[in-house]
Amino acid sequence: MIKNNRLSEAEYKVNFSDIHPPYTNVNAALVDANRCLFCYDAPCTKSCPTSIDVPKFIKQITTANIKGSAHTIFSSNILGAGCSKVCPVEKLCEGSCVYNLLDEAPIPIAQLQRYSTEKAIAGNWQLFTRKPSTGKKVAIVGAGPAGLSCAFNLSKEGVDVTIYEKESKAGGLMTYGIAAYKVTPEFCEDEVNYILSIGGIDIKYNMALGTDITIAELQAQYDAVYLAFGVGLARQLSVPGENLTGVVDAISFIYELRSKGFSSVPVGDKVAVIGLGMTAIDAATQAKRLGAKEVTIVYRRTQDEMPCTQVELDIAMLDGCKLSWLAAPKEVLGADGKATHLVCTKMKLGEPDASGRRSPVETDETFTLEVDMVIKAAGQMPFEALVNGSSLNNKSGKVSVEDKSVTSINGVFAGGDCVNGGREVVDAVQAGKDGAKAVLSFIATNATNEH
Amino acid sequence: MHICNNSWLYKKLLLIITLVFISDISGKKLKEMANISSNFLGIKSPNPFWLASAPPTDKKINVLRAFEAGWGGVVWKTLGSQVKNVSSRYSAVDYGGSRVMGFNNIELISDRPLAINLKEITECVKLFPDRAMIVSLMADNNRESWHELIKKCEDAGAMGFELNFGCPHGMTERGMGAAVGQDPEIARMVVEWVMEKATIPVITKLTPNVHSVVPTGKAVVEAGTNALSLINTIQSVTGIDLDTLVPNPYVAGKSVFGGYCGPAVKPIALKFLTTISQNETTSKVPVSGIGGVSTWKDAVEFMLLGASTVQVCTAAMKNGFRIVEDMCEGLNNWMDEKGYAKIEDFIGKSVDKITHWEDLDINYHITAKINQDKCIHCGLCYIACEDTSHQAINLDYGKPYNTYTIKEDDCVGCNLCKLVCPVDQCITMEEHRVAPEYINWKQWQEQGLPLNDH
Repeated sequence: MIKNNRLSEAEYKVNFSDIHPPYTNVNAALVDANRCLFCYDAPCTKSCPTSIDVPKFIKQITTANIKGSAHTIFSSNILGAGCSKVCPVEKLCEGSCVYNLLDEAPIPIAQLQRYSTEKAIAGNWQLFTRKPSTGKKVAIVGAGPAGLSCAFNLSKEGVDVTIYEKESKAGGLMTYGIAAYKVTPEFCEDEVNYILSIGGIDIKYNMALGTDITIAELQAQYDAVYLAFGVGLARQLSVPGENLTGVVDAISFIYELRSKGFSSVPVGDKVAVIGLGMTAIDAATQAKRLGAKEVTIVYRRTQDEMPCTQVELDIAMLDGCKLSWLAAPKEVLGADGKATHLVCTKMKLGEPDASGRRSPVETDETFTLEVDMVIKAAGQMPFEALVNGSSLNNKSGKVSVEDKSVTSINGVFAGGDCVNGGREVVDAVQAGKDGAKAVLSFIATNATNEH
Repeated sequence: MHICNNSWLYKKLLLIITLVFISDISGKKLKEMANISSNFLGIKSPNPFWLASAPPTDKKINVLRAFEAGWGGVVWKTLGSQVKNVSSRYSAVDYGGSRVMGFNNIELISDRPLAINLKEITECVKLFPDRAMIVSLMADNNRESWHELIKKCEDAGAMGFELNFGCPHGMTERGMGAAVGQDPEIARMVVEWVMEKATIPVITKLTPNVHSVVPTGKAVVEAGTNALSLINTIQSVTGIDLDTLVPNPYVAGKSVFGGYCGPAVKPIALKFLTTISQNETTSKVPVSGIGGVSTWKDAVEFMLLGASTVQVCTAAMKNGFRIVEDMCEGLNNWMDEKGYAKIEDFIGKSVDKITHWEDLDINYHITAKINQDKCIHCGLCYIACEDTSHQAINLDYGKPYNTYTIKEDDCVGCNLCKLVCPVDQCITMEEHRVAPEYINWKQWQEQGLPLNDH
């Protein structure tokens, strides 16, 4: 049965407490920071999409220069605080720490990054000075990681930025789409406010592209436009029974969880989660933590091909989620309009596909799971209709760009999930930086031409 | 009073129990082991590890705890005219997360009444007759004061004396301590006074606050001292509080130079020791080595450069007396491995291995080799060589791991890359002699051989 309010407030509090607690004292941070070898041309930095100078910011912790440390992080990644909580560091910076090659535990880079950035946000340290306003105006669509990163880097250079955001809060998937035990809504709000504290950035909330504003309107009012509207709902299963009550979208499920109180979010007794990306893990673990009795993750390939990291999988398994490998949804059965069973096709691995992973091939065998809730988390869909409604060149709804952020419309730039189809927060931050650079260069060229 | 008595009784009981326990285990030998006992001018101790004259040896309770822990001997904290100490006496240098790499103090000689010190010395010797009991002395600067102090200490049961000619703070301003040790003629005079009276071995402790310890060392040996010990502490400022702007240690808004010791001073101590061991006059007397000894390895190094015993202070102040356990075991195991049956078998064995630069072999040439199987690609060797040495490491960019290789032709064999490499045995220095024959700098010049052309 799908119902809310399954646990006590105390239980919710425990289940959704911070999964990566911060250092409780300076000594603990120093022990880890002092272990850092201060590598040259460091593999951790090279494995960070935003190229944070990791050895430098860690060294700065050891010299009690926390302001410098935070400045080093934010110079490369203005969402460095949030990324320290949500990045899959095991496949990025920490995954390439040279200590791994000594079979030693890597430096806890994320935790150290959190140490410096949290102090900066708590103290509202103003580490950057905005250049005097140039009078140039840029519109950004979407106040997610890419939009915020672009806005900050433009504002820093004296550009007046207006962000149009369809939700009532900024942060994008950071605020609405990530497990609550990784980042809290309060943290997201603090982080956004900290980014905005540089000044020169105005966010207009509840303004959606396509309904409230159009690209053409923005182009008319601004010197340039940056699109960072992200991706939409989870991919359809396209199987019979998909419309039964109880079949929900992971993004909506997490959105609800992030925007309402935990006790008001309904969850089933027996939940199946389709997919094994980060969002699937977030959905499965949170369904369990909301009080679902049984959660089964259904994935069509094997552990060798899974898109989530081992660390993420471990979280789900430690939460008691079950895994059904080599299985694909075939049909959702129901009674009285409500989902009751998920029929799955057993799969086997075939030839490698375009991604290099072996592709799943259907077999004749099926099996059936008893369920009352099915959460769809097999990737997110681009806003195809929205993009097709514009003159933007695109590929199945993903905005096509050249040189990282230049779209087919002159003066319109794009980046983040709306371009790449959905990647990590840290990738979106880098896209925002690239976007700001492209926009600045466009504005400068235009200014030269005008003279 | 009642509580006092009880706690005294309790301690006494504990001591007896401990003594019984020690005598019990000392009877059992684990296996055939080297003999690490020491005989320093007839002063015997079960091991060569003495506690240096310092706060750990300034009263009975500490010294008994040290003997219970297994220390071979103590040099009782310096006795002289009673003084008064300040509060806030120590400060330290931390490095890379390690506490107390260097340590300094501004404590004076014993600030307790002489009579109490003497009584406690007698009691300690009685309880532990097999341990060395050296008493450090710093009498007022006249013959009578020295003679009087020597008599009292000998009566109390001292087995030897150590003359404190080295204390760099507080006492120097009064014409004592380092003020004596820094002037060979004053030192000679005081030692002559002492030797007139003393009937037990006399060790003269040298100050490092001089350009060379040899002149004073020579003077006191000529004056008859039976042995030397070195180094005393080095005048220092360990650091400044960046909020108050007052250097450490902070005493009511002010500070003074303190005596520096601990691991940081060991290399300096070893150098001074070597000069004493290599001098014809000073090498005639045994030496007790002091200066940053923290482990059995440090002790072996001091002994290889000529020390017969070593004295420890900072390491014990940091970690307590229990460190002596590993010092004994480590020394024993090393001696067993190397086949030394007794400590005299290796004392001084490295003294003649330190030579003059002019005698070094110029045809000896080594180059670095990086073991690619062990390399973790941290790049520390590369950046050290590239920025600060000879640009002899090649970098092939990779993502995320670069590959580093040695440019053998450019490598001068400086060792820097090996020193900064965090992986054991990853970088090794391989010998590639320029020519088989030995040639030194003097010969090189005589033969008019070419110098570097770049």
